[in-house]
Amino acid sequence: MENTNIIELKHVTRSFEDGFNAVTDFNLEVKRGEFVTFLGPSGCGKTTTLRMIAGFDLPTSGEILLNGRSITDLPPYRRPINTVFQRYALFPHMNIYDNIAYGLKQKKTPKDLIEKKVKKVLSLVDLEGFERRNVSTLSGGQQQRIAIARALVNEPEILLLDEPLGALDLKMRQEMQYELKDMHDKLGITFIYVTHDQEEALTMSDKIVVMNEGRVQQIGTPEDIYNEPINAFVADFIGESNIFNGIMTGKCKVRFGGGEFDCVDDVAEGTHITAVVRPEDIEITAPEKGIVQGTVTNVIFKGIHYEITVTAGKNEYEIQSTKNAAVGNRVGLFVEPDGIHIMIAEDHTNVFYADINKDFRLEYNGHKIETSVTKIITGSRRLEDGSLVDAQGDVIDLNRTRIRVEIQPEDIEMTDEQDTGLVQGNISNLIYQGDHYSYVIQTDLEQDFVVYDEDLWNMGDRVSLIMPLDKMKFIYNRKK
Amino acid sequence: MKFSRKTLGIPYSVFLILFVVLPLVVLFFYAFTNGQGQFTFANLTGFFTDPNAIGTLIYSFAIAAVTTIVCLLLAYPTAYLLAMSSLKSKSVIVMIFVMPMWINFSLRITAMKEILTFLEGNLSMYPFLNSVIGMTYDFLPFMILPIYTTISRLDGALREAAMDLGADERSTFLTVTLPLSVPGIISGVSMVFLPAMTNYVVLDMMNNSTYIMGSLIGSYFAAYNWHAGSMIALILLGLICLFTLLSGSGEEDNQRGGALL
Repeated sequence: MENTNIIELKHVTRSFEDGFNAVTDFNLEVKRGEFVTFLGPSGCGKTTTLRMIAGFDLPTSGEILLNGRSITDLPPYRRPINTVFQRYALFPHMNIYDNIAYGLKQKKTPKDLIEKKVKKVLSLVDLEGFERRNVSTLSGGQQQRIAIARALVNEPEILLLDEPLGALDLKMRQEMQYELKDMHDKLGITFIYVTHDQEEALTMSDKIVVMNEGRVQQIGTPEDIYNEPINAFVADFIGESNIFNGIMTGKCKVRFGGGEFDCVDDVAEGTHITAVVRPEDIEITAPEKGIVQGTVTNVIFKGIHYEITVTAGKNEYEIQSTKNAAVGNRVGLFVEPDGIHIMIAEDHTNVFYADINKDFRLEYNGHKIETSVTKIITGSRRLEDGSLVDAQGDVIDLNRTRIRVEIQPEDIEMTDEQDTGLVQGNISNLIYQGDHYSYVIQTDLEQDFVVYDEDLWNMGDRVSLIMPLDKMKFIYNRKK
Repeated sequence: MKFSRKTLGIPYSVFLILFVVLPLVVLFFYAFTNGQGQFTFANLTGFFTDPNAIGTLIYSFAIAAVTTIVCLLLAYPTAYLLAMSSLKSKSVIVMIFVMPMWINFSLRITAMKEILTFLEGNLSMYPFLNSVIGMTYDFLPFMILPIYTTISRLDGALREAAMDLGADERSTFLTVTLPLSVPGIISGVSMVFLPAMTNYVVLDMMNNSTYIMGSLIGSYFAAYNWHAGSMIALILLGLICLFTLLSGSGEEDNQRGGALL
């Protein structure tokens, strides 16, 4: 059988001397002629992976195969792969002709053939007659085209593009997206494209590789990745989404975000899940017709749709709708079963957000948590005028800053004495898990807590949750 | 009272007129006059017909040229390796090259003299060689720094682009790194060559009794022949202007390298 994979990465890992893993166990197969995009936030390892394919960086372990043969240790100049660099990297001491001809000259191509090829590739990028121009006289967009021409003239088997549109303005970027896609279709060369822009990735790619913290999160077509994100990270990174922690309450029934919804995924009752709902899949209805009731708290007109925020208890829903809604209105929210994407949660860490009060103590549900804010926000200190500044010296706005608190299910203790715990609620679900029961407590703040306990409690029991201070993990995220 | 730009510029203009314009005018006056204050080209023709003066010019040129070439040959690989290395202590190593500059110049040359005397026995046996060694020692940092700054400011992506396009390490160096480090080389050359042409202190201390341009001017002034001395100074000035014009593009790096000192 013919092997149509042009390039394969097998268990590729790149670690640095200080123990940091830029890329961990990266596996990928790319078919000839595909347009593959590495997508992820900055620092996710996508550029490092691209550099390993180009040969600028070598994997610590693993293999890279080109047409079935290992190129793992080949220097860049021996690989039939060319790169379009992030800031173009055109040679400033050469004119356009010499820049484009550079690769051909290295291969000792006859002069008349070089001339023909340069002319042809310049017309491909729509810059005929630019041969004698100087690099510095070109605009960003033109330099970009020259960089592409310089790579393409060598007729590489694979073209690597490292955030090539990052330095261009929005309009130019969109134009170039179509042109690149067009070039790809015309030339039939395999493109591997790196970007952090999810829209760019969705527009151009045949296949998207979503990466985070050096690991592949999901590989799939743009439709797959958008419609069936494999975890909360992918859902959050690709497009807008509402992400909730919840629990399966019956056959194709799930509870999250303050309501019980029908869904299409048949997951065992009692399973903890993460539910993802796209903003365009939420319908605003009359309060009594919705599954969840809430109040419109914010409306932004975005041109083709309105972006509406609805607050229901402690939960916030982002909704995109072509119909306007007035701030302050009481509305119902409805989601069709196929608009809910269920992912089984591997991790049952309870997460809640605590406010900071005037005495610089954390507060949740009206109860104080006896810890100091300056200890949680590293490097922060209180000034004499009573304000709090962080390590950079910026003032922290206490009204707008919340501290993320994490606590494991086995660390929470349930009690009948209502006043002793941090928060109160009713047991809404219980399931026996071998050596302990797993309870879901729906609190008065519409937040679900998962608690493991060895004793049996009854459904509907009202309990108070005691959270030992030393078991709580406090996380402060600096907001822009 | 409010100072305008003009009033604030007064001290500067006074300084300029007193110490730059006026001396130049005096220099021109003496260069083109004789002892009686009459206008003459005799000093100019005198210089070019005096075999002694022409010989000094050629000797100065030779000593400066050799010093510059030796400096360049030593400095380029050093600067290149330093700029390319991934050492964390790079700046410390650069500092080691610059540090001799903090020691008094005549002290350094005296030390070098002692070493050479120890090696050669009698310094006057190799006057040309010793002068070149002394000057190279003195001027090397001025060559290393601008080249180092230029190479380390080169965008690494350019070298990667060359390799990506099929150039091996050698042709990447020849077609990309070397041509792009030319501005650094030019400013290094102008920072070494011009001072080397007139620096007679090193020659003096190295027991090299041959005159170079600097000492020639000095000897004329010592003999109260201000007119011939001024003319030679003027000719040197012309030469310096010429070189500066030729190396105009290196000016920027020149200042950057200088700022490091």
